Amino acid sequence: MTHFVIIGAGECGARAAFALREKGFDGKITLIGSEALAPYERPPLSKATEEGAVEPKFIAEPEKYAAVGISLLTGVTVQDVDPGAKAVALSDGRTIAYDKLLFATGARARAFPGIAEDSKHIRLLRTHADAVALRKAMVPGKHIVIIGGGFVGLELAATARALGTDVTVLEGLERVLKRGVPEEVAGVICERHSLEGVDIRCGVAITAITEDDERATIQLADGDIVEANLVLVGIGATPNTELAARAGLQIDNGIAVDEFLRTSAPDVYAAGDCCSFPLAIYGGRRVRRESWRNAQEQGALVAANMMGLGEAVSAVPWFWSDQYDVTLQIAGLAEGAVQHLRRDLSDGAFILFHLDRAGRLLAASGIGRGNAVARDIRLAEMLIAARAHPDPAALVASSVKLKSLLAA
Amino acid sequence: MSGNWIEVCAVEDIDEEDVMRFDHQGRTFAVYRSPDDEFFATDGLCTHEHVHLADGLVMDEIIECPKHNGRFNYKTGQAKGAPVCVNLSTYPVKVEDGAVFISI
Repeated sequence: MTHFVIIGAGECGARAAFALREKGFDGKITLIGSEALAPYERPPLSKATEEGAVEPKFIAEPEKYAAVGISLLTGVTVQDVDPGAKAVALSDGRTIAYDKLLFATGARARAFPGIAEDSKHIRLLRTHADAVALRKAMVPGKHIVIIGGGFVGLELAATARALGTDVTVLEGLERVLKRGVPEEVAGVICERHSLEGVDIRCGVAITAITEDDERATIQLADGDIVEANLVLVGIGATPNTELAARAGLQIDNGIAVDEFLRTSAPDVYAAGDCCSFPLAIYGGRRVRRESWRNAQEQGALVAANMMGLGEAVSAVPWFWSDQYDVTLQIAGLAEGAVQHLRRDLSDGAFILFHLDRAGRLLAASGIGRGNAVARDIRLAEMLIAARAHPDPAALVASSVKLKSLLAA
Repeated sequence: MSGNWIEVCAVEDIDEEDVMRFDHQGRTFAVYRSPDDEFFATDGLCTHEHVHLADGLVMDEIIECPKHNGRFNYKTGQAKGAPVCVNLSTYPVKVEDGAVFISI
């Protein structure tokens, strides 16, 4: 019987396994995860109010895997892959053969240089176990320092405030969310954090972190010293490519795949956070995405391609972040945009449309309370996918429905 | 089914191929007007993460959740695949004298 093996049981790997069955694959599927838990959703781990932060929010009920014939191995890591022999060696000593293999190995949180990952008062966030440990430390009266003003850091800042903890955010660049979020949108988030009492310090350089039994002490280049009961390091993620590199696969800011998510080795695929892929709608630019939706979409797409259906990547990058009752959503990639048009919605919500020199819509960034911007961002995403050159006057006029531009 | 008809809004309050949130006695519903001018109603919250579907996008007979793009057929309530796997309940709708009613 044909055997498909999936390395990595996160959003992408789990989605791929189910998608294979949904699309009618009737061979054997083995899904291998290094964590003890069945696959669960990661977005809630950093967010205060959602279910799934304390109790894992499973992608599917654990019994569902066996029910559809997916052999789920948890707490097992893959030691080596031999693309020539088409076999993977597992940490439990077994070697299993595959007909097709998927790397859905994801990414891991980047550690602070020189700090051990299991340090007592210095933590990372990637897994459910990490989230539970952080949650325990977030109690009123404690002081948490978050290194890095990215999404994980700022979402955790909001969570910590909701749980009554004092929070300081240290960002090395001149502003938060520098990567991928326009200044105008980041400003709204910053302002909100200030209102909630979060101390955000940008442009700071950390020269040393030390810790004793009670606390961590952070020394800054300007001579300031910040003490914390807990330090959370949120300085980005690193794709898990080591196993693929050892197997001889081509690596280029992630496991390099083509538009069908095929790696440089025959019958070996990669999808999700671990891979870099060409995006046709942006002239074939090679990108790597670390987002829930990308993991999910590529999981489904790679399943189709493992079955030989030949479906190229076409999705527009999209992600969201929740902080307090504010949600940010961004569709597309704004690099190369020269025009930024603002559409104001009700209740302070707004969307920026990013257009290139020729007037083509490249990206849209929206922020507002709840899901205020969701519908228009979704429509913008469809306009981006259609490579539309929408009328700028219509984009800024909130009285003009974006849906009407789709038909144009 | 109680057969208890509740007035939701006037017909013109919902555009064609659009949706409106309707709250009633602590429950929340989504009421739809299809591109061919029929009205439908479902539970108001997505079965994945309790997000109001009325903030989402209606395309033909599909409502897409604003949060994670879970899709449902609002005429039947059927979940159309990941991340949603639990169907929505649907409710009878009628139009009388220019007003929309649902039975809950």
